[in-house]
Amino acid sequence: MKVADRVERTPPSGIRKFFELAEAADDVISLGVGEPDFSAPWAARAAAIDALERGQTSYTANRGRADLREGIAEHVTQYDLDYDPESEIIVTAGASEAVDLSMRALVDPGDTVAVPQPSYISYAPTAKFAGAEVLPVPTRAENGFKLTDDALAAAGAADADALIYCYPNNPTGAVMDEADLRPVANFAREHDLTVFADEIYAALTYGGDHDSIATLPGMGERTVVIGGFSKAFAMTGLRLGYALAPPEAVEAMNRVHQYTMLSAPTTAQFAGLEAIRSCDDAVEEMREAYDRRRRYVLSRFREMGLDCFEAEGAFYVFPECPGDDEQFAENLLTEEGVAVVPGSVFGEGGEGHLRVSYATGMDDLREATARIERFLD
Amino acid sequence: MDAERDVLDLLLADARQSTADIARQTDRTEAEVEAAIDDLEAAGVVHGYQAVVDWANADEERVEGHVELNVELDRETKYEDIAGRIANYSEVETLRLVSGDYDFAAVVVGTSMRDVSAFVADQIAPIPEVTQTVTHFVMDTYKRRGVEFADHDDDDRLSVSP
Ligand SMILES: Cc1ncc(COP(=O)(O)O)c(C=O)c1O
Repeated sequence: MKVADRVERTPPSGIRKFFELAEAADDVISLGVGEPDFSAPWAARAAAIDALERGQTSYTANRGRADLREGIAEHVTQYDLDYDPESEIIVTAGASEAVDLSMRALVDPGDTVAVPQPSYISYAPTAKFAGAEVLPVPTRAENGFKLTDDALAAAGAADADALIYCYPNNPTGAVMDEADLRPVANFAREHDLTVFADEIYAALTYGGDHDSIATLPGMGERTVVIGGFSKAFAMTGLRLGYALAPPEAVEAMNRVHQYTMLSAPTTAQFAGLEAIRSCDDAVEEMREAYDRRRRYVLSRFREMGLDCFEAEGAFYVFPECPGDDEQFAENLLTEEGVAVVPGSVFGEGGEGHLRVSYATGMDDLREATARIERFLD
Repeated sequence: MDAERDVLDLLLADARQSTADIARQTDRTEAEVEAAIDDLEAAGVVHGYQAVVDWANADEERVEGHVELNVELDRETKYEDIAGRIANYSEVETLRLVSGDYDFAAVVVGTSMRDVSAFVADQIAPIPEVTQTVTHFVMDTYKRRGVEFADHDDDDRLSVSP
């Protein structure tokens, strides 16, 4: 059967190759996983089971259950975000759908979407599927992989229509605080960019609380905040996320959503509501565990002489590696059975680095770092 | 957070990990970690380090009885006095004063039900202040000290994902 040109033109993710290599090898410890090693907190799972037992298996309102939207509105006040559950929140099938809806509802074919690199791998393909042009904006290790107004200007983003980024960042673990965000916000206002801020890792910061660009003056009206349950609540498989945006944007996103998704998974919505109502302690415990592992991995890499900037968010560190990153990752996998993701699959500026996930138990981290040390010798 | 609290959290998670690993996870030096452990021990916060054992999987006869004890105090005898006498027996693994229908909750360990019963009858019940004992034998243990004993599913996440 004929495959659509726009799909044909989009190569499969570079992660795929490493997935296949890792699956084929024996005794692999994977530091290549982009999801929590914890299960969702029991209270959230129990709420899902309870909903199923009560026979709650119908669609919900397109925008998601009203109580969940109210819960989300309350939940995000911790980041000083203020959204009306009626008109400014839409519940989606994962943050992934919220990214897709942002592109399809708010970007026109031929528009330009600026995407900082290295970056989570979905943004450029989703923009292209929506018919947009992608403008890569390199970020650099010496700036801690933060996005700057200079980088935006140098890449020509003044002429772009939209900007999509994630901080805390996948793959680098970089975070941006309010002072870092201000110049980006000024740039977006000055050049009239719509901003899609993927804040799915907001709960996982280790140096200070997360700041959202949408709280800066004049930014709420031009920002879609994308959030989710996958990372903080360890609910990846339940497929639940949301977008926060001005009413006209949510209305537009809902137009696409109602024809393509109808509503986010109902069972997941019950789990999500319980998660935000009662699982703060469980999230904090997971965050503390990640933080301990983060410090462990960073200090082990320093001991080995691998340069690694102090990643303060998500569950990734992004050390430099000697030589070509793809070759390094492939050899590390075949010789020592440790899977990591080469930085270059995340785009320009990622080369020469490795994405190392610490969403893995301490025993495996100990063994994996010992193997990496041996490999480097 | 202070070093002692950080170190205590890590010891609670895994008391066998090395001081070097604790230091790495808390961004402290090994010397600081050792000092914190010394302080925790000296202050009587940490009294020891033990394995969490699922005896059902050990090839050994072992019976655990949870014993409720009621006692009668008088002018000269306080709870601590009685507790001290009871705790001295090596068969008594745990002893706590509790609120509610009885005074002490003890855990008594032996090689058989008869062994535990005999110990309670011969050693504990005759203590003059003890007015009543009720023994509950443990039939199965599902979780102990935060550790679940059921088999867990393997980590079935994709080995490499975005
Ligand atoms: C930055 C970022 N955004 C979005 C997602 C997808 O999240 P969800 O599971 O909510 O679709 C991921 C998952 O890896 C991610 O890292």
